[in-house]
Amino acid sequence: MSGMAHRALRRALGTALEAHAVRLRESGRLDRRDFVRLVGGGAMTAILSGCSAQGSEEMSRLLRAVGRQNERVERWMLRRLRADDRAPRGLPTAGDALPSYHISPEVPTWDTAERGEWSLVVDGAVRTPMRLSLGELRRLATRSQRVEHFCVEGWTAAVEWHGVPMSSLLRIARPLPDAAYVDFNSFDDGYHESWDLESVMHPQTLVALGKDGAPLSAAYGAPARVHSPIKLGYKNTKYLTRITLLAAPNGGYWSDQGYEWFGGT
Amino acid sequence: MSSTVPHQDRHHPVARITHWVSLLALLVMTGSGLRIYNAAPFFAPKGAPPFAWWPLEGRSIPAILTFGGWLGGARHWHFAMMWLLLLNAAIYVAHLMRRGRWRTIVPGGMTGRSAIEMVRYYLYLRPVHPKQGKHNALQRIAYTAMLICGAMLILTGLAIWKPVTLGWLTRLLGGYALARWWHFLAMLVLVLLVAVHVIMVLTVDPYALRAMTTGKYDEARWSPVRRNARPLHNLWPRRIP
Repeated sequence: MSGMAHRALRRALGTALEAHAVRLRESGRLDRRDFVRLVGGGAMTAILSGCSAQGSEEMSRLLRAVGRQNERVERWMLRRLRADDRAPRGLPTAGDALPSYHISPEVPTWDTAERGEWSLVVDGAVRTPMRLSLGELRRLATRSQRVEHFCVEGWTAAVEWHGVPMSSLLRIARPLPDAAYVDFNSFDDGYHESWDLESVMHPQTLVALGKDGAPLSAAYGAPARVHSPIKLGYKNTKYLTRITLLAAPNGGYWSDQGYEWFGGT
Repeated sequence: MSSTVPHQDRHHPVARITHWVSLLALLVMTGSGLRIYNAAPFFAPKGAPPFAWWPLEGRSIPAILTFGGWLGGARHWHFAMMWLLLLNAAIYVAHLMRRGRWRTIVPGGMTGRSAIEMVRYYLYLRPVHPKQGKHNALQRIAYTAMLICGAMLILTGLAIWKPVTLGWLTRLLGGYALARWWHFLAMLVLVLLVAVHVIMVLTVDPYALRAMTTGKYDEARWSPVRRNARPLHNLWPRRIP
Protein backbone atom coordinates (compact mmCIF):
# COMPACT_ATOMS: atom_id res chain seq x y z
CA MET A 1 0.00 0.00 0.00
CA SER A 2 1.35 3.48 -0.76
CA GLY A 3 2.69 5.28 2.29
CA MET A 4 0.41 8.33 2.32
CA ALA A 5 -2.90 6.62 1.66
CA HIS A 6 -1.88 4.00 4.14
CA ARG A 7 -1.09 6.49 6.89
CA ALA A 8 -4.33 8.37 6.24
CA LEU A 9 -6.35 5.16 6.40
CA ARG A 10 -4.66 4.16 9.63
CA ARG A 11 -5.31 7.56 11.16
CA ALA A 12 -8.97 7.42 10.13
CA LEU A 13 -9.36 3.97 11.60
CA GLY A 14 -7.63 5.05 14.79
CA THR A 15 -9.93 8.08 15.14
CA ALA A 16 -13.03 5.96 14.53
CA LEU A 17 -11.90 3.42 17.10
CA GLU A 18 -11.18 6.10 19.65
CA ALA A 19 -14.57 7.80 19.13
CA HIS A 20 -16.19 4.45 19.58
CA ALA A 21 -14.27 3.80 22.78
CA VAL A 22 -15.34 7.22 24.15
CA ARG A 23 -18.98 6.44 23.34
CA LEU A 24 -18.60 3.14 25.11
CA ARG A 25 -17.07 4.75 28.20
CA GLU A 26 -19.95 7.24 28.35
CA SER A 27 -22.72 4.72 27.84
CA GLY A 28 -20.95 2.27 30.16
CA ARG A 29 -22.01 -0.85 28.37
CA LEU A 30 -20.66 -3.06 25.66
CA ASP A 31 -23.21 -4.84 23.53
CA ARG A 32 -22.38 -7.47 20.99
CA ARG A 33 -22.44 -5.07 18.07
CA ASP A 34 -19.99 -2.74 19.82
CA PHE A 35 -17.77 -5.68 20.58
CA VAL A 36 -17.74 -6.81 16.96
CA ARG A 37 -16.94 -3.26 15.83
CA LEU A 38 -14.12 -2.87 18.33
CA VAL A 39 -12.53 -6.22 17.59
CA GLY A 40 -12.96 -5.79 13.84
CA GLY A 41 -11.50 -2.28 13.92
CA GLY A 42 -8.61 -3.44 16.06
CA ALA A 43 -7.85 -6.31 13.70
CA MET A 44 -8.00 -3.98 10.67
CA THR A 45 -5.59 -1.55 12.33
CA ALA A 46 -3.26 -4.39 13.19
CA ILE A 47 -3.28 -5.65 9.60
CA LEU A 48 -2.69 -2.20 8.17
CA SER A 49 0.24 -1.71 10.52
CA GLY A 50 1.76 -4.83 9.06
CA CYS A 51 1.41 -3.39 5.56
CA SER A 52 4.15 -0.83 6.03
CA ALA A 53 7.68 -2.12 5.64
CA GLN A 54 8.51 -2.03 9.34
CA GLY A 55 5.06 -2.54 10.81
CA SER A 56 4.23 -1.65 14.38
CA GLU A 57 6.69 -2.56 17.11
CA GLU A 58 4.21 -4.92 18.81
CA MET A 59 3.53 -6.71 15.55
CA SER A 60 7.18 -7.23 14.72
CA ARG A 61 7.78 -8.44 18.28
CA LEU A 62 4.99 -10.97 17.83
CA LEU A 63 6.38 -12.07 14.45
CA ARG A 64 9.86 -12.48 15.93
CA ALA A 65 8.43 -14.57 18.77
CA VAL A 66 6.60 -16.84 16.32
CA GLY A 67 9.80 -17.01 14.26
CA ARG A 68 11.70 -18.31 17.29
CA GLN A 69 9.05 -20.99 17.82
CA ASN A 70 9.22 -21.89 14.12
CA GLU A 71 12.97 -22.34 14.49
CA ARG A 72 12.40 -24.82 17.30
CA VAL A 73 9.93 -26.75 15.16
CA GLU A 74 12.34 -26.72 12.21
CA ARG A 75 15.27 -27.96 14.29
CA TRP A 76 13.11 -30.67 15.82
CA MET A 77 12.00 -31.77 12.33
CA LEU A 78 15.60 -31.80 11.11
CA ARG A 79 16.66 -34.00 14.04
CA ARG A 80 13.74 -36.39 13.61
CA LEU A 81 13.47 -36.57 9.86
CA ARG A 82 17.07 -36.07 8.79
CA ALA A 83 16.71 -36.56 5.08
CA ASP A 84 19.07 -36.36 2.16
CA ASP A 85 18.44 -34.40 -0.97
CA ARG A 86 19.04 -35.57 -4.49
CA ALA A 87 18.27 -33.55 -7.58
CA PRO A 88 15.48 -35.21 -9.58
CA ARG A 89 16.76 -36.99 -12.70
CA GLY A 90 14.46 -34.93 -14.89
CA LEU A 91 15.94 -31.68 -13.63
CA PRO A 92 18.81 -30.51 -15.87
CA THR A 93 22.01 -29.38 -14.16
CA ALA A 94 21.88 -25.58 -14.12
CA GLY A 95 25.55 -24.98 -15.01
CA ASP A 96 26.17 -21.31 -15.70
CA ALA A 97 22.44 -20.63 -15.37
CA LEU A 98 22.92 -20.84 -11.59
CA PRO A 99 22.74 -17.19 -10.47
CA SER A 100 25.63 -15.85 -8.44
CA TYR A 101 26.24 -12.70 -6.46
CA HIS A 102 28.65 -11.16 -4.00
CA ILE A 103 28.44 -8.15 -1.73
CA SER A 104 31.83 -6.67 -2.69
CA PRO A 105 31.71 -4.15 -5.54
CA GLU A 106 33.62 -6.61 -7.71
CA VAL A 107 33.90 -10.38 -7.90
CA PRO A 108 36.08 -11.24 -4.90
CA THR A 109 39.34 -12.93 -5.86
CA TRP A 110 42.14 -13.96 -3.55
CA ASP A 111 45.27 -11.95 -4.40
CA THR A 112 48.18 -14.23 -3.53
CA ALA A 113 50.77 -11.51 -4.06
CA GLU A 114 49.06 -9.34 -1.49
CA ARG A 115 47.69 -11.87 1.01
CA GLY A 116 49.89 -14.96 0.59
CA GLU A 117 48.60 -18.44 -0.13
CA TRP A 118 44.88 -18.93 0.59
CA SER A 119 44.14 -21.25 3.48
CA LEU A 120 41.09 -22.29 5.46
CA VAL A 121 41.14 -21.75 9.21
CA VAL A 122 39.13 -23.93 11.57
CA ASP A 123 39.12 -22.42 15.07
CA GLY A 124 36.98 -21.42 18.03
CA ALA A 125 35.61 -24.12 20.33
CA VAL A 126 37.70 -26.99 18.92
CA ARG A 127 40.44 -29.13 20.48
CA THR A 128 42.60 -28.92 17.36
CA PRO A 129 42.51 -25.53 15.62
CA MET A 130 43.69 -26.01 12.03
CA ARG A 131 44.88 -24.09 9.03
CA LEU A 132 44.42 -26.10 5.83
CA SER A 133 45.91 -25.32 2.44
CA LEU A 134 43.92 -25.84 -0.73
CA GLY A 135 46.07 -28.90 -1.48
CA GLU A 136 45.27 -30.44 1.90
CA LEU A 137 41.57 -29.77 1.39
CA ARG A 138 41.67 -31.40 -2.06
CA ARG A 139 43.03 -34.58 -0.48
CA LEU A 140 40.07 -34.57 1.94
CA ALA A 141 37.53 -33.93 -0.82
CA THR A 142 35.80 -37.28 -0.98
CA ARG A 143 32.23 -36.41 -1.81
CA SER A 144 30.42 -35.56 -5.03
CA GLN A 145 26.72 -34.91 -4.98
CA ARG A 146 24.13 -33.70 -7.43
CA VAL A 147 21.68 -31.79 -5.26
CA GLU A 148 19.24 -28.96 -5.43
CA HIS A 149 20.05 -25.40 -4.48
CA PHE A 150 17.13 -23.64 -2.82
CA CYS A 151 17.08 -19.86 -2.99
CA VAL A 152 15.07 -17.89 -0.42
CA GLU A 153 13.44 -16.17 -3.41
CA GLY A 154 11.72 -19.41 -4.38
CA TRP A 155 13.70 -20.71 -7.32
CA THR A 156 15.69 -23.90 -7.41
CA ALA A 157 18.54 -25.36 -9.48
CA ALA A 158 20.33 -28.68 -9.79
CA VAL A 159 24.06 -28.42 -9.13
CA GLU A 160 26.79 -31.02 -8.86
CA TRP A 161 29.20 -30.22 -6.06
CA HIS A 162 32.52 -31.79 -5.16
CA GLY A 163 34.20 -31.19 -1.85
CA VAL A 164 35.04 -32.02 1.75
CA PRO A 165 32.20 -33.19 3.98
CA MET A 166 32.02 -30.63 6.77
CA SER A 167 31.49 -33.49 9.21
CA SER A 168 34.84 -35.09 8.40
CA LEU A 169 36.58 -31.74 8.74
CA LEU A 170 35.04 -31.22 12.18
CA ARG A 171 35.87 -34.77 13.24
CA ILE A 172 39.53 -33.86 12.70
CA ALA A 173 39.16 -30.53 14.53
CA ARG A 174 37.19 -32.18 17.38
CA PRO A 175 34.58 -29.67 18.65
CA LEU A 176 34.56 -28.93 22.38
CA PRO A 177 31.42 -29.86 24.34
CA ASP A 178 30.10 -26.30 24.36
CA ALA A 179 30.35 -25.93 20.57
CA ALA A 180 26.79 -25.69 19.26
CA TYR A 181 27.07 -23.18 16.40
CA VAL A 182 29.42 -22.53 13.53
CA ASP A 183 30.25 -19.23 11.86
CA PHE A 184 31.36 -19.34 8.22
CA ASN A 185 33.46 -16.30 7.29
CA SER A 186 34.60 -15.12 3.90
CA PHE A 187 36.83 -12.64 2.09
CA ASP A 188 33.73 -11.14 0.45
CA ASP A 189 33.58 -7.86 2.37
CA GLY A 190 32.78 -9.46 5.71
CA TYR A 191 29.99 -11.73 4.43
CA HIS A 192 29.33 -14.49 6.93
CA GLU A 193 26.49 -16.70 8.14
CA SER A 194 26.34 -18.77 11.32
CA TRP A 195 24.70 -22.19 11.47
CA ASP A 196 23.44 -24.68 14.04
CA LEU A 197 25.88 -27.57 14.51
CA GLU A 198 23.31 -30.18 13.39
CA SER A 199 22.97 -28.66 9.94
CA VAL A 200 26.77 -28.38 9.74
CA MET A 201 27.13 -32.09 10.54
CA HIS A 202 24.54 -33.10 7.93
CA PRO A 203 26.30 -35.50 5.54
CA GLN A 204 25.48 -33.28 2.56
CA THR A 205 27.05 -30.14 4.02
CA LEU A 206 30.29 -29.56 2.13
CA VAL A 207 33.26 -27.31 1.89
CA ALA A 208 32.77 -27.31 -1.87
CA LEU A 209 35.87 -27.00 -4.06
CA GLY A 210 34.29 -27.96 -7.38
CA LYS A 211 31.07 -27.43 -9.29
CA ASP A 212 29.79 -29.50 -12.23
CA GLY A 213 33.08 -31.37 -12.56
CA ALA A 214 35.40 -28.33 -12.62
CA PRO A 215 37.13 -26.32 -9.87
CA LEU A 216 34.94 -23.55 -8.47
CA SER A 217 35.09 -20.39 -10.56
CA ALA A 218 35.41 -16.95 -8.97
CA ALA A 219 31.72 -16.22 -9.58
CA TYR A 220 30.63 -19.23 -7.52
CA GLY A 221 32.95 -18.64 -4.55
CA ALA A 222 36.47 -19.88 -5.45
CA PRO A 223 38.55 -21.32 -4.03
CA ALA A 224 36.16 -22.86 -1.47
CA ARG A 225 32.62 -22.27 -0.31
CA VAL A 226 29.99 -23.80 1.91
CA HIS A 227 27.19 -25.70 0.23
CA SER A 228 24.37 -27.79 1.59
CA PRO A 229 20.88 -28.50 0.28
CA ILE A 230 19.75 -28.44 3.93
CA LYS A 231 20.06 -24.63 4.03
CA LEU A 232 18.68 -21.85 1.84
CA GLY A 233 21.17 -20.30 -0.58
CA TYR A 234 22.07 -17.26 1.52
CA LYS A 235 23.30 -19.41 4.41
CA ASN A 236 25.97 -20.97 2.16
CA THR A 237 28.95 -18.63 2.55
CA LYS A 238 31.11 -18.31 -0.56
CA TYR A 239 34.79 -17.23 -0.70
CA LEU A 240 35.27 -19.15 2.55
CA THR A 241 38.21 -18.27 4.83
CA ARG A 242 37.33 -19.31 8.36
CA ILE A 243 35.15 -21.86 10.13
CA THR A 244 34.68 -20.82 13.75
CA LEU A 245 32.89 -23.01 16.29
CA LEU A 246 30.88 -21.08 18.84
CA ALA A 247 28.72 -21.60 21.91
CA ALA A 248 26.10 -19.12 20.65
CA PRO A 249 24.82 -18.16 17.19
CA ASN A 250 26.46 -15.16 15.56
CA GLY A 251 23.83 -13.97 13.07
CA GLY A 252 24.93 -13.42 9.51
CA TYR A 253 24.92 -11.00 6.61
CA TRP A 254 21.32 -11.65 5.53
CA SER A 255 20.08 -12.91 8.90
CA ASP A 256 21.03 -9.54 10.43
CA GLN A 257 18.92 -7.82 7.77
CA GLY A 258 15.79 -9.63 8.85
CA TYR A 259 15.79 -12.92 6.94
CA GLU A 260 15.35 -16.04 9.07
CA TRP A 261 18.55 -16.97 10.84
CA PHE A 262 17.82 -20.70 10.60
CA GLY A 263 17.06 -20.63 6.87
CA GLY A 264 16.67 -24.41 6.71
CA THR A 265 15.05 -26.52 4.05
CA MET B 1 -42.21 -19.38 11.20
CA SER B 2 -44.07 -18.17 14.29
CA SER B 3 -42.27 -16.50 17.18
CA THR B 4 -43.13 -19.33 19.54
CA VAL B 5 -40.56 -21.58 17.85
CA PRO B 6 -37.37 -21.38 19.95
CA HIS B 7 -34.73 -19.27 18.25
CA GLN B 8 -31.83 -21.19 16.79
CA ASP B 9 -28.78 -19.68 15.15
CA ARG B 10 -28.30 -20.59 11.50
CA HIS B 11 -24.58 -21.15 12.11
CA HIS B 12 -22.96 -22.50 15.27
CA PRO B 13 -20.66 -19.95 16.98
CA VAL B 14 -17.66 -22.17 16.16
CA ALA B 15 -18.56 -22.02 12.47
CA ARG B 16 -19.05 -18.26 12.61
CA ILE B 17 -15.78 -17.52 14.40
CA THR B 18 -13.67 -19.88 12.27
CA HIS B 19 -15.31 -18.44 9.14
CA TRP B 20 -14.09 -14.89 9.86
CA VAL B 21 -10.75 -16.01 11.27
CA SER B 22 -10.08 -17.93 8.08
CA LEU B 23 -10.96 -14.84 6.05
CA LEU B 24 -8.34 -12.85 8.00
CA ALA B 25 -5.75 -15.63 7.83
CA LEU B 26 -6.33 -16.29 4.13
CA LEU B 27 -6.07 -12.59 3.28
CA VAL B 28 -2.70 -12.36 5.02
CA MET B 29 -1.54 -15.70 3.60
CA THR B 30 -2.52 -14.76 0.04
CA GLY B 31 -1.01 -11.28 0.20
CA SER B 32 2.25 -12.42 1.77
CA GLY B 33 2.37 -15.45 -0.54
CA LEU B 34 2.08 -13.20 -3.58
CA ARG B 35 4.88 -11.01 -2.20
CA ILE B 36 7.04 -14.11 -1.78
CA TYR B 37 6.14 -15.17 -5.32
CA ASN B 38 7.26 -11.75 -6.62
CA ALA B 39 10.83 -12.44 -5.44
CA ALA B 40 10.98 -15.10 -8.18
CA PRO B 41 7.84 -14.70 -10.32
CA PHE B 42 8.40 -17.85 -12.36
CA PHE B 43 8.22 -21.59 -11.78
CA ALA B 44 10.95 -22.99 -14.04
CA PRO B 45 14.09 -24.16 -12.24
CA LYS B 46 17.31 -22.42 -13.33
CA GLY B 47 18.68 -24.00 -16.47
CA ALA B 48 15.31 -25.58 -17.33
CA PRO B 49 13.02 -24.43 -20.16
CA PRO B 50 10.31 -21.87 -19.26
CA PHE B 51 7.36 -23.25 -17.37
CA ALA B 52 4.56 -23.73 -19.88
CA TRP B 53 1.66 -24.10 -17.44
CA TRP B 54 1.64 -20.50 -16.33
CA PRO B 55 1.08 -17.93 -19.07
CA LEU B 56 2.19 -15.07 -16.82
CA GLU B 57 5.62 -16.68 -16.20
CA GLY B 58 8.06 -13.89 -15.34
CA ARG B 59 5.36 -11.29 -14.63
CA SER B 60 5.14 -9.82 -11.13
CA ILE B 61 1.95 -9.47 -9.12
CA PRO B 62 0.97 -5.78 -8.65
CA ALA B 63 2.34 -4.55 -5.31
CA ILE B 64 -1.14 -3.42 -4.18
CA LEU B 65 -2.22 -7.09 -4.00
CA THR B 66 0.78 -8.10 -1.89
CA PHE B 67 1.38 -7.91 1.82
CA GLY B 68 4.42 -7.83 4.07
CA GLY B 69 6.44 -5.12 2.33
CA TRP B 70 9.53 -7.11 1.41
CA LEU B 71 10.48 -10.74 0.90
CA GLY B 72 11.73 -11.31 4.46
CA GLY B 73 8.74 -9.55 6.00
CA ALA B 74 6.28 -11.48 3.84
CA ARG B 75 7.99 -14.75 4.83
CA HIS B 76 7.67 -13.89 8.54
CA TRP B 77 3.96 -13.16 8.08
CA HIS B 78 3.41 -16.28 5.99
CA PHE B 79 5.17 -18.56 8.46
CA ALA B 80 3.36 -17.00 11.43
CA MET B 81 -0.15 -16.83 9.96
CA MET B 82 0.09 -20.45 8.77
CA TRP B 83 -0.27 -21.60 12.40
CA LEU B 84 -3.46 -19.57 12.90
CA LEU B 85 -4.82 -20.97 9.64
CA LEU B 86 -3.89 -24.53 10.62
CA LEU B 87 -5.34 -24.22 14.13
CA ASN B 88 -8.50 -22.61 12.75
CA ALA B 89 -8.86 -25.35 10.13
CA ALA B 90 -8.39 -28.06 12.75
CA ILE B 91 -11.09 -26.53 14.97
CA TYR B 92 -13.47 -26.19 12.04
CA VAL B 93 -12.92 -29.71 10.74
CA ALA B 94 -13.39 -31.13 14.25
CA HIS B 95 -16.59 -29.10 14.51
CA LEU B 96 -17.74 -30.41 11.14
CA MET B 97 -17.07 -34.00 12.16
CA ARG B 98 -19.22 -33.73 15.31
CA ARG B 99 -22.90 -34.70 15.02
CA GLY B 100 -22.51 -35.35 11.30
CA ARG B 101 -22.47 -31.65 10.45
CA TRP B 102 -20.30 -32.44 7.45
CA ARG B 103 -23.42 -33.82 5.80
CA THR B 104 -24.66 -30.25 5.30
CA ILE B 105 -21.48 -29.38 3.38
CA VAL B 106 -20.14 -32.44 1.57
CA PRO B 107 -22.01 -33.41 -1.62
CA GLY B 108 -24.21 -36.49 -1.29
CA GLY B 109 -25.67 -38.97 -3.75
CA MET B 110 -28.19 -36.54 -5.24
CA THR B 111 -25.85 -33.57 -5.48
CA GLY B 112 -24.98 -33.98 -9.17
CA ARG B 113 -28.63 -33.94 -10.23
CA SER B 114 -29.48 -31.08 -7.88
CA ALA B 115 -26.51 -29.10 -9.16
CA ILE B 116 -27.83 -29.38 -12.71
CA GLU B 117 -31.22 -28.19 -11.49
CA MET B 118 -29.58 -25.20 -9.73
CA VAL B 119 -27.69 -24.29 -12.90
CA ARG B 120 -30.91 -24.55 -14.92
CA TYR B 121 -32.63 -22.32 -12.36
CA TYR B 122 -29.89 -19.68 -12.48
CA LEU B 123 -30.06 -19.77 -16.30
CA TYR B 124 -33.82 -19.13 -16.16
CA LEU B 125 -34.47 -22.56 -17.70
CA ARG B 126 -36.45 -23.47 -14.61
CA PRO B 127 -38.84 -21.03 -12.92
CA VAL B 128 -38.81 -22.26 -9.32
CA HIS B 129 -35.83 -22.51 -6.98
CA PRO B 130 -35.07 -26.19 -6.29
CA LYS B 131 -35.79 -27.43 -2.77
CA GLN B 132 -32.67 -27.70 -0.67
CA GLY B 133 -31.37 -28.38 2.83
CA LYS B 134 -29.16 -25.85 4.56
CA HIS B 135 -27.14 -25.29 1.37
CA ASN B 136 -27.89 -25.90 -2.29
CA ALA B 137 -25.91 -28.36 -4.40
CA LEU B 138 -23.68 -25.71 -5.99
CA GLN B 139 -22.83 -24.34 -2.55
CA ARG B 140 -21.94 -27.82 -1.29
CA ILE B 141 -19.66 -28.39 -4.25
CA ALA B 142 -18.01 -24.96 -3.82
CA TYR B 143 -17.53 -25.27 -0.05
CA THR B 144 -16.13 -28.78 -0.33
CA ALA B 145 -13.80 -27.64 -3.11
CA MET B 146 -12.60 -24.87 -0.78
CA LEU B 147 -11.82 -27.43 1.91
CA ILE B 148 -9.91 -29.56 -0.62
CA CYS B 149 -7.98 -26.46 -1.73
CA GLY B 150 -7.14 -25.77 1.91
CA ALA B 151 -5.83 -29.29 2.39
CA MET B 152 -3.81 -29.00 -0.82
CA LEU B 153 -2.40 -25.65 0.29
CA ILE B 154 -1.23 -27.15 3.58
CA LEU B 155 0.37 -30.21 1.92
CA THR B 156 2.04 -28.29 -0.91
CA GLY B 157 3.04 -25.57 1.55
CA LEU B 158 4.82 -28.11 3.75
CA ALA B 159 6.55 -29.50 0.65
CA ILE B 160 8.04 -26.14 -0.32
CA TRP B 161 8.74 -25.03 3.26
CA LYS B 162 10.83 -28.15 3.98
CA PRO B 163 11.78 -29.62 0.57
CA VAL B 164 14.66 -31.64 2.02
CA THR B 165 13.44 -32.50 5.51
CA LEU B 166 10.10 -33.55 4.03
CA GLY B 167 11.70 -34.60 0.76
CA TRP B 168 9.34 -37.58 0.31
CA LEU B 169 6.38 -35.21 0.17
CA THR B 170 8.12 -32.85 -2.26
CA ARG B 171 9.03 -35.78 -4.53
CA LEU B 172 5.47 -37.09 -4.32
CA LEU B 173 4.27 -33.75 -5.68
CA GLY B 174 6.73 -33.92 -8.58
CA GLY B 175 9.65 -31.97 -7.11
CA TYR B 176 10.12 -28.53 -5.65
CA ALA B 177 9.21 -26.42 -8.70
CA LEU B 178 5.99 -28.37 -9.32
CA ALA B 179 5.09 -28.37 -5.63
CA ARG B 180 5.45 -24.61 -5.72
CA TRP B 181 3.13 -24.54 -8.75
CA TRP B 182 0.53 -26.75 -7.05
CA HIS B 183 0.67 -24.39 -4.07
CA PHE B 184 0.10 -21.42 -6.38
CA LEU B 185 -2.65 -23.20 -8.33
CA ALA B 186 -4.52 -24.20 -5.16
CA MET B 187 -4.32 -20.55 -4.09
CA LEU B 188 -5.70 -19.39 -7.45
CA VAL B 189 -8.61 -21.85 -7.32
CA LEU B 190 -9.38 -20.91 -3.72
CA VAL B 191 -9.30 -17.18 -4.51
CA LEU B 192 -11.64 -17.82 -7.43
CA LEU B 193 -14.04 -19.84 -5.27
CA VAL B 194 -13.98 -17.16 -2.57
CA ALA B 195 -14.66 -14.46 -5.17
CA VAL B 196 -17.67 -16.38 -6.51
CA HIS B 197 -18.81 -17.02 -2.93
CA VAL B 198 -18.67 -13.31 -2.06
CA ILE B 199 -20.46 -12.32 -5.28
CA MET B 200 -23.20 -14.87 -4.66
CA VAL B 201 -23.64 -13.79 -1.04
CA LEU B 202 -23.97 -10.15 -2.06
CA THR B 203 -26.26 -10.73 -5.04
CA VAL B 204 -28.37 -13.70 -3.94
CA ASP B 205 -28.39 -13.96 -0.16
CA PRO B 206 -26.96 -10.87 1.58
CA TYR B 207 -28.83 -12.01 4.70
CA ALA B 208 -26.20 -14.71 4.96
CA LEU B 209 -23.76 -12.02 6.09
CA ARG B 210 -25.86 -11.49 9.18
CA ALA B 211 -26.35 -15.21 9.66
CA MET B 212 -22.58 -15.72 9.54
CA THR B 213 -21.93 -12.88 11.99
CA THR B 214 -24.68 -12.90 14.63
CA GLY B 215 -26.25 -16.22 13.68
CA LYS B 216 -29.70 -14.70 13.14
CA TYR B 217 -31.55 -15.80 10.00
CA ASP B 218 -35.23 -15.61 9.22
CA GLU B 219 -35.55 -18.70 7.09
CA ALA B 220 -39.20 -18.06 6.14
CA ARG B 221 -38.62 -14.53 4.83
CA TRP B 222 -34.95 -14.47 3.87
CA SER B 223 -33.98 -17.82 2.42
CA PRO B 224 -33.27 -17.84 -1.34
CA VAL B 225 -35.75 -20.70 -1.72
CA ARG B 226 -38.58 -18.72 -0.16
CA ARG B 227 -37.67 -15.55 -2.05
CA ASN B 228 -37.08 -17.51 -5.28
CA ALA B 229 -33.84 -15.53 -5.51
CA ARG B 230 -31.41 -15.40 -8.38
CA PRO B 231 -28.40 -13.08 -8.62
CA LEU B 232 -29.76 -9.52 -8.17
CA HIS B 233 -33.32 -10.89 -8.31
CA ASN B 234 -35.91 -10.94 -5.54
CA LEU B 235 -33.49 -9.47 -3.01
CA TRP B 236 -36.18 -8.10 -0.65
CA PRO B 237 -37.48 -10.26 2.18
CA ARG B 238 -40.57 -12.23 1.40
CA ARG B 239 -43.72 -10.57 2.72
CA ILE B 240 -45.23 -12.33 5.70
CA PRO B 241 -48.26 -14.10 4.25
